[in-house]
Amino acid sequence: MAQNLSALLILLGALFMFIAALGVARMPDLFTRMHSSTKSATLGVGLIMLGAALHFGEIGMTMRVVAIIVFVFLTAPVAAHMLGRAAYFAGVPLWEGTLSDALRGHYDRRTHRLLSDEKVDETSAGDLAV
Amino acid sequence: MILWLTIGLLIAAVLLCLYRVARGPSLPDRVVGLDLLSSVTVGFIAVYAVVSGEIIYIDVATVLALIAFLGTVAFAYFIEKGGMPWRKT
Repeated sequence: MAQNLSALLILLGALFMFIAALGVARMPDLFTRMHSSTKSATLGVGLIMLGAALHFGEIGMTMRVVAIIVFVFLTAPVAAHMLGRAAYFAGVPLWEGTLSDALRGHYDRRTHRLLSDEKVDETSAGDLAV
Repeated sequence: MILWLTIGLLIAAVLLCLYRVARGPSLPDRVVGLDLLSSVTVGFIAVYAVVSGEIIYIDVATVLALIAFLGTVAFAYFIEKGGMPWRKT
């Protein structure tokens, strides 16, 4: 029973990772690719690790697996946020079908400060063309 | 049997990531591909630990998860501090 459940969890995790990779290969721009990759890859790692822990069924293994899962769930959003923020400053173009860019005009592109109220003049702030 | 199907899925995921790394029009696209590649590799090592029955491989997965996070953060810092000077007109 535990073996069947473990195999099912590992297969499900691999399926999530395949879907994440498919999204990274097929999505139209950087931010949709990150949206595809970060969440489902994190879930895939968690499911595969849970399946491995269930397969071995030892306390030392389970502790390592819990440590990996906690670490990945903590660091993957941080890394994705840093990369997306850096890419936005570097001027990576959005998909042409994008409906709204809520950050447009709120970032001072020179000092990298987020201004919530006043608008920054985009033309004088040095538009970083890609 | 299910484990071989799992390994096939993960190999396909690695190939798709490598396609994005080779193709990606900008540097952050390639970094996203590399980040996902390291996540898939962590999962792959866990599956290999199950296939081979050796618990010790899980330690390798731990170290790889740590290193992958550091690599992505370093790339993001590099890009934010003006890491693409050839693109500024």
